[in-house]
Amino acid sequence: MDGYYAWMIMATALVLMMTTPALALFYGGMTRSKSVLNMMMMSYLSLGVVGLVYVLWGWSTSYGGGGNGFFANPFDMFGLHGVSPDGGGYIAVAFQLTFAVITAALISGAVADRVKISSWVVFIVAWVTLCYFPLAHMVWGGGFITEHWAPQDYAGGTVVHINAGVAGGILALIIGRRIGFKKEPMRPHSLPLTMIGAGLLWFGWYGFNVGSIVFADDWSTESGAAANVKQFVSETGFTFLTTTVATCAAMLAWLVVERLIHGKATSLGAASGIVAGLVAITPATGAVEPVGAIAIGAIAGAVCAWAVSLKYKLNLDDSLDVVGVHLVGGVLGTLLIGLFSSSAAPGGIDGLFYGGGLGSLGDQFMGVLVAVVWTGVLTTVLALAIKYTIGWRISEEAEVDGIDSDQHGESAYDVAVGTGVLS
Amino acid sequence: MRLVTAVIKPHKWEDVREALETFGVTGMTVSEVSGYGRQKGHTEVYRGAEYDIALVPKIRLEIVTEDADADEVVALIVKTAQTGRIGDGKVWMSPIEAVFRVRTGDRDAAAL
Repeated sequence: MDGYYAWMIMATALVLMMTTPALALFYGGMTRSKSVLNMMMMSYLSLGVVGLVYVLWGWSTSYGGGGNGFFANPFDMFGLHGVSPDGGGYIAVAFQLTFAVITAALISGAVADRVKISSWVVFIVAWVTLCYFPLAHMVWGGGFITEHWAPQDYAGGTVVHINAGVAGGILALIIGRRIGFKKEPMRPHSLPLTMIGAGLLWFGWYGFNVGSIVFADDWSTESGAAANVKQFVSETGFTFLTTTVATCAAMLAWLVVERLIHGKATSLGAASGIVAGLVAITPATGAVEPVGAIAIGAIAGAVCAWAVSLKYKLNLDDSLDVVGVHLVGGVLGTLLIGLFSSSAAPGGIDGLFYGGGLGSLGDQFMGVLVAVVWTGVLTTVLALAIKYTIGWRISEEAEVDGIDSDQHGESAYDVAVGTGVLS
Repeated sequence: MRLVTAVIKPHKWEDVREALETFGVTGMTVSEVSGYGRQKGHTEVYRGAEYDIALVPKIRLEIVTEDADADEVVALIVKTAQTGRIGDGKVWMSPIEAVFRVRTGDRDAAAL
């Protein structure tokens, strides 16, 4: 048990690193040089803002008492009132806090280069309250979804990735396209930053997935504690390995698709494939055996590589592909559990390919459906409310000149070349 | 006096410099520039989005020579920078009235 808590402190710090700096770097490198600071700040502000909100009413809304199936009472444990640090209570809060932070930050990729930073702050406070905490309650807090279908979501396929993916798509739609979308080249300004970010995300994801273990037995009895230690040792190995091989497979699959369609395997494709694989294995990491994980990773890598091109057909400026990677990858990972889950994995349920019939697939599908509907409706209402009150967009002139200078009064790079005497 | 200006492929720059030095050209101004001609740009693909990159990187040389040497300098650049493929660049010459050395105030041939 001591070892478990030592690991959870480490895992929590790893997940924190996924937002700052990993996601900030991953996204920041993909924007144009005039907006990289704003993009990174959206992640850093998610940490600042959601980190506080989580302790005030986030934990209570997710895991407090007085629940109605959809969310718990936000005031029941407001400010962690009644939560004891003993028995790992605060460690659990800290770990879950980092999940709320990164989910909010993930959305920012859909609205790069054009959103007032003040509106972003207002949005994430309201969004985690209306969408993240309730879904965490419904899936992990014993609420509505778990009560009715009990789909498997080991580390956040529905709560984190489908949730953020739907929200990102809706924001991109309501906020509108960047000036010059589809006309001007909007190339990533620094792929090395993106590559570093993707690598750090992969590293941090071990905290995310392997830290999401839930014990079956009671620690207070001797036999229960022994069973839990046994579970810890086998299950962490399981989730660590499935996370690894799914991500390897997804990266390669993305590169193969690119190579076949466009002739070159790109570094951006590798970085994107890594994230697509991590997203897809997130719900499934404890549900499938290693070979199943390879299959899920490969499918997610290939499908997401194709899905990111849809935004041009739909004319939807989901700038950094939050829908194409997180929604598509999250849905795939969550649904493929229904096919590839195995009773030999910690989840203990056989999916369709392991002779378990369609039951698991149906449960997984309902989990996806409720998550999409819940977050789809509430994000739409929230995004429209902000649009018609404080507004989302910076001025056209500011957007063309660069959001970094308009919103933060800074530029990322000293662009002078040579001696610099003329700058 | 003449000013010879050449815009060439970056990978040919070392060969051209060597040839000009052997010929006796003592100095030049070199800059990294971008542009396009009949070669147009090239395409790059990011997450499935194909971008036409209009500007191609080139090296620009500026050499001041005496009238008598100008034709030979141009011919040397053309010969050395040539690959025969589209995008090899351009060389042009223009008359200039005078050239001065800043350190001494020398004029024209003495200033080269």
